[in-house]
Amino acid sequence: MGEVLFFVAGVGAVAGAIGVVAVRNPFYSVLALVSHLLCLAALFLLLRAEFVAAAQVVVYAGAVMVLYVFVVAYIGGQDEPLGPRAGRGLKVTSAVFGGLLFVELCVATLGSGLKLIDTTGVDVGPGFGSPREIGTLLLTKFLLPFEVASFLLLIAAVGAVVLARRRGGLSAAEEQARYSAMDLLRPAYTGTMAEGVGGPRALPKITAPAPAAGDED
Amino acid sequence: MNAVKLFAWLTLLFPLAGCIAVGLVGRKLPGRGAGYLGTGALLLSFLSAIGTLVKLQGQDEHHRQIVAVAWDYAHTTGLDAQLALLVDPLSVFMILVVSGVSTLIHVYSISYLDSDRGYVRFFAYLNFFVFSMLTLILAANFVLLIVGWAFVGAASYMLISFWYRRGTATRAGIKAFVINVLGDVGLVLGTFFIFRHTHTLDFLSTFAHAKEAFKPGDADLTAGCILLLVGAFAKSAQIPLHTWLPDAMEGPTPVSALIHAATMVTAGVYLIARMHPLFELAPSAADVGAVIGCVTLLVAGTIAIAVTDLKRVIAYSTMSQIGYMIMGVSSGAYAAGLFHLMTHAFFKALLFMAAGSVIAAMAGQQNLDKMGGFRKSMPFTFGCMVIGGLALAGIPPFSGFFSKDEILLMIGDRGGWHWGLYVAGYVGALLTGVYTFRMIFRAFLGEPVPEALELEAGHLHHAEVHTNPADGEVEDTDVGFPGADHHIAEREPSMKLAMGTLALLAVVGGFLQIPKVTHVLDSFLAPTFADSKFYERDPTGGLIAFGLVLGAAVGLAGIGIAYLIWVKNPQIAASAQRRLAPLHTLFVNKWYFDEIIDLLVVRPAQWFGAWAQQTFERVVVNGLLVGGTTGVVRAGSSAVRAAQTGFLRYYTLLIVVGTVVVTFYFLMNS
Amino acid sequence: MDIGWFLAVSALIFVIGVSGVLTRRSPLVILLCLELMLNAANLALIAFSRMHGNHDGQIFAIIVMVVAACEVTVGLGVIVAMHRRRLPIDVDELQELQG
Repeated sequence: MGEVLFFVAGVGAVAGAIGVVAVRNPFYSVLALVSHLLCLAALFLLLRAEFVAAAQVVVYAGAVMVLYVFVVAYIGGQDEPLGPRAGRGLKVTSAVFGGLLFVELCVATLGSGLKLIDTTGVDVGPGFGSPREIGTLLLTKFLLPFEVASFLLLIAAVGAVVLARRRGGLSAAEEQARYSAMDLLRPAYTGTMAEGVGGPRALPKITAPAPAAGDED
Repeated sequence: MNAVKLFAWLTLLFPLAGCIAVGLVGRKLPGRGAGYLGTGALLLSFLSAIGTLVKLQGQDEHHRQIVAVAWDYAHTTGLDAQLALLVDPLSVFMILVVSGVSTLIHVYSISYLDSDRGYVRFFAYLNFFVFSMLTLILAANFVLLIVGWAFVGAASYMLISFWYRRGTATRAGIKAFVINVLGDVGLVLGTFFIFRHTHTLDFLSTFAHAKEAFKPGDADLTAGCILLLVGAFAKSAQIPLHTWLPDAMEGPTPVSALIHAATMVTAGVYLIARMHPLFELAPSAADVGAVIGCVTLLVAGTIAIAVTDLKRVIAYSTMSQIGYMIMGVSSGAYAAGLFHLMTHAFFKALLFMAAGSVIAAMAGQQNLDKMGGFRKSMPFTFGCMVIGGLALAGIPPFSGFFSKDEILLMIGDRGGWHWGLYVAGYVGALLTGVYTFRMIFRAFLGEPVPEALELEAGHLHHAEVHTNPADGEVEDTDVGFPGADHHIAEREPSMKLAMGTLALLAVVGGFLQIPKVTHVLDSFLAPTFADSKFYERDPTGGLIAFGLVLGAAVGLAGIGIAYLIWVKNPQIAASAQRRLAPLHTLFVNKWYFDEIIDLLVVRPAQWFGAWAQQTFERVVVNGLLVGGTTGVVRAGSSAVRAAQTGFLRYYTLLIVVGTVVVTFYFLMNS
Repeated sequence: MDIGWFLAVSALIFVIGVSGVLTRRSPLVILLCLELMLNAANLALIAFSRMHGNHDGQIFAIIVMVVAACEVTVGLGVIVAMHRRRLPIDVDELQELQG
C-alpha cells in the first residue's frame, strides 16, 4: 500500500514540476506548482512528517501560492515571449549540466554509503512528527532559529511594502528635497537606477556642446 | 709633514672657493671685480703651491711622497677609495706650472673679456677648471684621478662653448666632450684591468705591488696600459682622438691658452709619467705611446703648414709639441718630457695671448690671409710673438731649445729602433720652425692690411655688424655671443703684465736644465722617478753636443725657409701650392681624419640610432612589448567581459556549472 | 519505501527546478522554479529526518518554508515594482549588469 501511494504521489510531484517548467502560460505554471505541492505533502505524510505536511498545504499551497496567483492576475499572465535571445546554446548547456547535476546528486546521496539508505529508517514511535513533538522542539532546542525566522518574516513584509508602494505615496516635494551626502560625492552620471530610468531625480539629457567661437585648428 | 698637507689642500681649495665666490657674488661686484676676485683666488693657490714646494723640499730625501688623507670612502671588499692627495715632486711640479700659468692667464683675461656679458661666468668656469686640473694632478688614487679627469672634461666643454649661442661653438664643445668621454671610458677600463690584479686603487700601493702582481709583458697589464693610453690620447689630442682640438679654438683665446695649450692637454703626459712603473712593466704599451706621439707630431706639423686660421696653426702646434712630450715620457725620458711640458706651457700660452691680441685688432677675424703688417702698430705683441716663436722653434738660448733637445737626446740614447723616433723628432722640429714663422711673418710682416693701418692711426678697428668669423653668421653682442669691444695688449696693462711675465719665463726657463751644467729638474723629480730603470741614464757628451747643434741648425733652417717663402719671394708659396696640390689638399683637409671618423663612427651611430627609433622602438618596444602587453591584457579582459552579458540566465548557468564542478571534485575526493 | 527513493525523487525535482530557472524568461516563472528547488530540499530534509529518527530535519524544513515565503514576498514585490515602472518583465531585456 505504501508503495502504491509513493508512486502515485511521486509521479504527481514530478509531473507538477515538469508542468511548472514546460507550460507557457504563467498562470498554468502556478497551478502546476500547487498540484506539485499537494503531492509533496502526500510524500511528507509517507515519511511520518504530519505537521510539516499540514504546514505545507496550509502555508505553502494555501498562502504563498495565493500570493502568486494575485500577482499573476495583476501582472497579466500573457504567454511568455519566445525569442532567440540566448536561446539554443543555453538550452543545450542547461540540459547537459542539469543532467550532470542529477547524476552527481544521486551518486552523492545513494552511493554515499549511509547505512540506513536502503531501509525505511530507524524505528520510531507513534508520536513521531506530531505537532506536540515539533512544538516542544521549536520552543526549547530550536528557539533561536524560531525567533530569527519570525524576525525574517517581519523584514520581508516591510521590504515588500517598501518595494511595491506607489511612488506618489510620500509627498512629492519631500521626495525631491531629499538629498544625501552620496549625491555630492558621486561623480556625474553615475547615479542610481532611478536616475537612469527617468525617475523624479532623473539626470539631464546630454546634448552636443555649441561649437566655440573662433575655433583654431 | 702637516704643513705640506695643509698647503696642498689649500692649493686645491682656493680655486674651488674662488669659483663659488665668483659665482655667488661676482655679479654684484662693480666693473672688473669678478675678474680680480677670480685672479686673487688663483694667486693664493699659486702661493700655496710654492708653500707646498718649500715644505716638501724641507722633508727628508726619502720621505718626499706624502699622502694626505681627508676621508675614507669605502673599505669593503678590498676597495680602498679615499679622498686623498699625493704630494710628491711630480705633483708639486705640475701644480706649480698649472697654478702659475693659470694665474697669468687670469690676469690676461681680466681685460681681454671685459665687455663680454658672460664675464662673471667666465671666471667662475676658469676657477672651476683649475680646481679640477689640480684634483687630477694631486689625486692619490685612481678614483680621484678619474673624478678630476671627468671634471676637467666638463670644464673644457663649458669653456669651449662659452659663447653658447654660436652654433659652431656648441658643436665644437660637444665634439670635444664626446671624444673626452671616449677617453674616460678607456681610463676607467684600464683602471679596472690593473685593479683586478693589484686589488688596490691607491697609487703608491699599486706601484709597490706592481712587481709581484705582474710579470713583465703581462697581457692584462698591457691591455690596461693601452686603455690608459686611450684616455691619455683623448685628453692630449693625439691621433686618432685629436679631432676635437682644432675645433676647440671656438672658445675664447684665454681658454685656448689655458686649457688647450698649457694644462688640460698635458694631463695625458702627466698620466703616463705618473703610471711609469706600470708602463715599464708593459713595454709594448709604452712603445705604442711613443709611436703614436711620433706620428702625431709629424702629422700635426704638416697640417700646421697648410691651415690659414691663426689659432688653428697654434692648436696644431700644440698637438705636435704634446706629441713630443708623449713620445718622451713613453720612452723613459720623464724629466725631459715634463721639462718640455713646463716650457711649452710658457711659450704656448704666450703665443695664444699674442694671437688673441692680434685677433682683437682684427675685430674677431682669425684668417691669416686677411692679416698682415701689424709690426708697426703692435710692437709689444709682435715682440712677444717672436719670443714665443723662437722658443717654440727651438732656437738657443730660449727655453724650447733645451727642453726639446733633452727629449730627443734621451730618446736617441735608448738606441735601437728609437733612432727612427729621433730622426722624426728633428724633422718635426724643422716643420715647427717653418709653420711658426710662417704664421708670424704673415701676420706681422708684409703690407699692412686696413685694420693695421687703422690701428697705426690710433683707432682700433670695430666691425659694424658682428659676425661669426667661421661661417659669417650675424650675431648680436648680447649674452652668449662675444662682447662688442676688443682689447689689445698695447692698451691694457694687465695683458702686458701677463704676456711680459710669460715672455721672460720663455726666455730663462730653459736654464733649469742645461745639459751637463744644471740639473734642477732632474734632482727635484728624482724621488718620484727613482724606481725607474731609465732614470739614471747618462748620455755621452758626443750625443749631447750633436743634438744641440742639430737642434739649433734645424730650427734656424726652418725659420730661414719660412722667411724665404713668405717674405722674400711670396710667389714661391703660390707656385709650390700648385705643384704640390695633392699634398696641399691633404694637409689643408687635416689628413681627412674628420671625414674618416665621420664615416667609420658617426654615420654608423646615426644609422643605428635611426634604426633603433624607427624599427626597434616602433616594432619591438611599442608594438611588441608595450602593445603586446596591453593587447594581451585587452584580449584577456575582453574574454572575461564576454561573461558579463547582463543576462540573468547566464549567471545562473554559471552557478550551476560551478556547483556541478565542485560537487564532482568532492565526490572524487571522498 | 526505502529512503533512497525519496532522495532520488528529491534530486529529480531539484534538477527540474534548475532547468526551469535556466530556461524560462519570465521572472515570475523563475521564482516558481526556485520554489521547486526549495521543495526538493525540503523533501530531502524530511527523508533524512525519518532516516535518523529525530525531528531536526523537520524543524529545518519548517524554517526553510519560512524563508521561502519571505523570498517569494520580496521577489514578487520586485516584480510588481518592475511592472509599475513599465519595465519589461523579461530577464533577457534587463541587462543593466552588463559589463
